[in-house]
Amino acid sequence: MKISREDVLRVAELAHLELTPEEIELYRGQLDEILSYIGKLEKLDVSNVEPMAQVLFPAPADGHPELRDDTLVPCDIADAVLTQAADAAKPFFRVPRVIER
Amino acid sequence: MSATSTWTISGVRDALRTKEISARELTKDFFARIENRNRELNAFLALSIDRAYAQADRIDAIIATKSAKGDPLPPLAGVPIAVKDVISTRDVTTTCGSKILETYVPPYDATAVERLERAGAVILGKTNCDEFAMGSSNENSAYGPVRNPVALDRVPGGSSGGSAAAVAAGLAVAALGTDTGGSIRQPGACCGIPGMMPTYGRVSRYGLIAFASSLDRIGPLTQNVTDASVLMAIIAGHDPNDSTSAAVPVPDYGAALESPLQGIRIGVPEDYFGEGLDPEVREKVLAGISLLEKLGAKRIPLHMPHTDYAIATYYIVATAEASSNLARYDGVRYGLRVPSTSLRDMYKKTRERGFGPEVKRRIMLGTYVLSAGYYEAYYLRAQKVRSLIARDFADAFQRVDAIITPTAPTPAFRLGEKTADPLQMYLADIYTVTGSLAGVPGISVPCGKTKAGLPIGMQIFGPHFEEGRVLQLAGAFEKAGGFTI
Repeated sequence: MKISREDVLRVAELAHLELTPEEIELYRGQLDEILSYIGKLEKLDVSNVEPMAQVLFPAPADGHPELRDDTLVPCDIADAVLTQAADAAKPFFRVPRVIER
Repeated sequence: MSATSTWTISGVRDALRTKEISARELTKDFFARIENRNRELNAFLALSIDRAYAQADRIDAIIATKSAKGDPLPPLAGVPIAVKDVISTRDVTTTCGSKILETYVPPYDATAVERLERAGAVILGKTNCDEFAMGSSNENSAYGPVRNPVALDRVPGGSSGGSAAAVAAGLAVAALGTDTGGSIRQPGACCGIPGMMPTYGRVSRYGLIAFASSLDRIGPLTQNVTDASVLMAIIAGHDPNDSTSAAVPVPDYGAALESPLQGIRIGVPEDYFGEGLDPEVREKVLAGISLLEKLGAKRIPLHMPHTDYAIATYYIVATAEASSNLARYDGVRYGLRVPSTSLRDMYKKTRERGFGPEVKRRIMLGTYVLSAGYYEAYYLRAQKVRSLIARDFADAFQRVDAIITPTAPTPAFRLGEKTADPLQMYLADIYTVTGSLAGVPGISVPCGKTKAGLPIGMQIFGPHFEEGRVLQLAGAFEKAGGFTI
């Protein structure tokens, strides 16, 4: 068994998911099967292989990627963005209290 | 034109030029087609009616003023196009097939949408898809599955199932899809139309709601290869709003379609023709390869040794990125919020109610493979194997100009056939995820049908930024009758 019920609960907590008891058991079984399948990667020797960190832009020899100029451009959609929030008090998003006075 | 006739981009152009039909009439005709078929197919989630007619009227005004002077129409003038619902459209609801974004209305357009509209396209609406583009059958949409117009008891493929079904059923001349592990090519194959995944970085991802950022690509689903090349020419190119979009010049894809295949080297990797491949699919794809040889291509056998590791690698890399990208859905800034007295509880309740089962499963898997104690064994190892898979492609392209494979191991399966077994569903992408991981371009083209009448897809991969060569092969294949081989 690759993954226990405790693992599922730990991961759900990290991922901010409140799972039902049925989901916990379902996902434990399914993730276990998927992780067993994924285990086939252990057969490969990757000791001399670099991880693929970029798809198309290998870092130049000096390690410093080419950067764009840092220029300010106007972005005037704050009001439109705020209209999408469940609870906004311009210019803020409002959430339940996080700090007790 | 009858209600069932198939429009192409050049057909629309000619009809508008000769005033056989106006852009407004054509738009109206397409909305009528959607009205007729969508209840059955469930391909569209939203229609952008006002926006479509406003654009059609703009095109009709251009035709009225310009025809006198003989000025050319913009390349997509009046062409009705559908857009997958993971791509942002200003003032048009964009749900990603998810309950968590049921009421989300983006304040801006994706670059690809903006470019299509600037080129004259009429955006009809948003197409159904697997939730956050996670799936291979469109059955993971929170708004119900899409049916395959070729066989209504079958899936249209996924995740761009709505886009593929809409084009195949003639409810749009073309559509934008997105492809992370096969989500344009596999539904294209299932519905019997061409579907192209461009090189990573070729088309701006600005406004594409992220699933796996190192894999996600926007591309076209069309009636024919010429239309795919026309759409590619418009959506390709650098965009300052996407730092991963490449400043590589976009060649003339139309000219590429005219070049003969003489001497082109096509690699056929044995690894894509092994166990699990449906015999009818194998037979047709091998016949397709023979046809390309008759057209002058030179067939070269290949071995791509890490092919068998691609699904395992993909489901680590893609879910890891997804778990990070989808952390933003917390009920604070947009989408669903389930109120609670504590912030953390609000996050958890919102995500529990808003996400469907496959999205939760992938977030869980991605969080697990990135978590302390497992990162090296899973994520880092997968990133190394990804290098090996990319190297398989780089080595192959030293010897060949393109690689030909089946698109999917089987034709479209039945609705419900694989929903209980996520791993079996993942294996539907076994031939497409390789190119996704390597970043190369690929197209699926129709390659005949099974005896039961289900479409089969043949996949053509090319080297990075060689979309022209991929389209050249696909176009020659189509012209020689390969689609109905």
